[in-house]
Amino acid sequence: MARLRRFIRDNAVPLALLSPAVLVILLVVLLPLIFSFYTSFSNYRLIRPDSLWDFVAFRNYARVLGDGEFWSALWRTVLFLTFALNLEMLLGLGLALLVNRITWGQRTMRTIMMFPMMFSPILVGFQFKYMFNDTIGVVNNALQSLGLAQEAIPFLVDRWLAFASILFAEIWMSTAIFAILILAGLFAMPRDPVEAAKVDGCNNWQVFRHITLPFLMPFIYIAMTIRSLDVARAYDIVDVMTGGGPAGRTELLWTLIARTAYDDARMGRANAMAYVSILLSIFFTWFFFRKLMAARKHLGAF
Amino acid sequence: MAEVSLNNVVKRYGAVDVVHGINLDIAHNEFVVLVGPSGCGKSTTLRMIAGLEEISDGEIAIGERVVNHLAPRQRNISMVFQNYALYPHMSVRENLGFSLKIAGRPQDEIARAAQDAARILGLEPYLDRTPGELSGGQRQRVAMGRAIVRRPDVFLFDEPLSNLDAKLRTQMRIEIKKLHAQVGTTIVYVTHDQVEAMTLADRIVIMKDGHIVQTGTPLEVFERPVNTFVATFIGSPPMNLIDGVVDAGAVRLSDGSALPLPTRTGPIRDGQRVTYGFRADNLMPEGHGPAETGPVATIELPITLAEPLGAESLILTEIAGVEVQGKMLTPRPTRPGEVLRFQLALDHCHLFDADTGVRLGQ
Repeated sequence: MARLRRFIRDNAVPLALLSPAVLVILLVVLLPLIFSFYTSFSNYRLIRPDSLWDFVAFRNYARVLGDGEFWSALWRTVLFLTFALNLEMLLGLGLALLVNRITWGQRTMRTIMMFPMMFSPILVGFQFKYMFNDTIGVVNNALQSLGLAQEAIPFLVDRWLAFASILFAEIWMSTAIFAILILAGLFAMPRDPVEAAKVDGCNNWQVFRHITLPFLMPFIYIAMTIRSLDVARAYDIVDVMTGGGPAGRTELLWTLIARTAYDDARMGRANAMAYVSILLSIFFTWFFFRKLMAARKHLGAF
Repeated sequence: MAEVSLNNVVKRYGAVDVVHGINLDIAHNEFVVLVGPSGCGKSTTLRMIAGLEEISDGEIAIGERVVNHLAPRQRNISMVFQNYALYPHMSVRENLGFSLKIAGRPQDEIARAAQDAARILGLEPYLDRTPGELSGGQRQRVAMGRAIVRRPDVFLFDEPLSNLDAKLRTQMRIEIKKLHAQVGTTIVYVTHDQVEAMTLADRIVIMKDGHIVQTGTPLEVFERPVNTFVATFIGSPPMNLIDGVVDAGAVRLSDGSALPLPTRTGPIRDGQRVTYGFRADNLMPEGHGPAETGPVATIELPITLAEPLGAESLILTEIAGVEVQGKMLTPRPTRPGEVLRFQLALDHCHLFDADTGVRLGQ
């Protein structure tokens, strides 16, 4: 006790200066976290506030884990993540390699490349919703005018076409993040090992495969980590384009959680879902971070 | 078997010529060193031989083949880079075997070649480390090992020792020379360090501003520099140069004193403006140098400063207001201002045209 008192006396000023920050974090982050964690064990419904004290232990979790709708949303989210991350990575890599070759007007090109990132995801959602619309959409219009399709293609109605359309919007918006990060890697890349590899007998593809790509891997994993968190909470584009429908066919985790929480007003159950799905985000972050560490290990000498 | 020949090779960046039509023939197994101050085009020349830079004009041939339009990988060369350029994500073993792996050789052959290279260069204990875990000297050795594994026609070295400390540099210099004796391949070596050039080369090529100034064995360029640039660039300390005018079989200096013409001067007219050159080794105090067999001029000069190096001292003094260096063998302590009688060996003095810097006489 005496030691604690002395510690406080010796560090009075730093402690006083830190206390507002600590207080804000406690109020804004920790308290809601504890509260939401508690509600996931209660039968809390928004329309019946007194149900907050209705403690049901693991019933929410048991129901969520036994719910087919939840599992299909989870599975669809993982699928969405896998496609989005890999396609964005490949496209971003290609884009970065191309832009890196430009000698004239590269700055302008880099700026233009970032345009999609400047739009609000909701606007991107609306934009693609209208483009893919089956009666007034420009895509259907173009396909039919060119004679490539005889009748309207229900882009946002068919299960897989709707999934692909959302994926397309997501990729359109976010490929630039991969491209920018990989481009930064290419700028930082030393020229010597590339030249050494050329002298050692590599053709351009082999140089890329054995030298450039290993050097870029940490940058790719950083982009993957950031994007996996981003995509795992994809909500706005989906909500705008299909609203998770038709009939829940494009429901991702967060649209399902939002529906359960606000439309069905089952706050306790929604929170239980959220805590389960956070595990997914944690898994992806951990996975990419481990990859990142492994890839970075040897790059100190570059 | 691989000779390397450069025929009127030009490198142009836009409108600027960096290398102006170089001609050079390198014999099989010859160790040629390109040396010159930074920006003289020596590295560019090497990179053109390697194929890392395009040739703007002229022709480069390795062996019988003109390689102008061949990619580096088709030229059968190895290159050691200044920054080692190791592959950081591969172990030493993988670094050594990389070129053979790319060439699609069988596993056991790759393993054996890597092992052999490691043995020659004393890298066996480090085979499973990555470059990040090696010291500068070890990395340098891996870079060299990677070069020999390929059994190339030509080795190219681009200032390989300039990132090492002085002691390690001397040591690696010897290893490179041993390596050449051992594997006996044509070597083109670029450096800005004239000591490296002198000690390693069979033949030195001195470059300046994109031109070859002089080509010759180390002794030739040391004893017969074609102009004042070579005279001051090769040898340490640089050659002493004093301006004067030829006057009745002697060179009259600015303060009115005269130095006798060097013995090897050809016919020369009075009134010609010249630069008189001699090395510190040929200006020695009486009794502190080898007995001179040739003609000498004796001059009395006051000492400004002495730099004792142990076996010899460098003596700083002045002739006609120009600071010059002499050398004192089996040195004794000296005082600043002390007047010594120096012997100037006329057999080893040089005369250059004062305007063009070009050597006069043979």
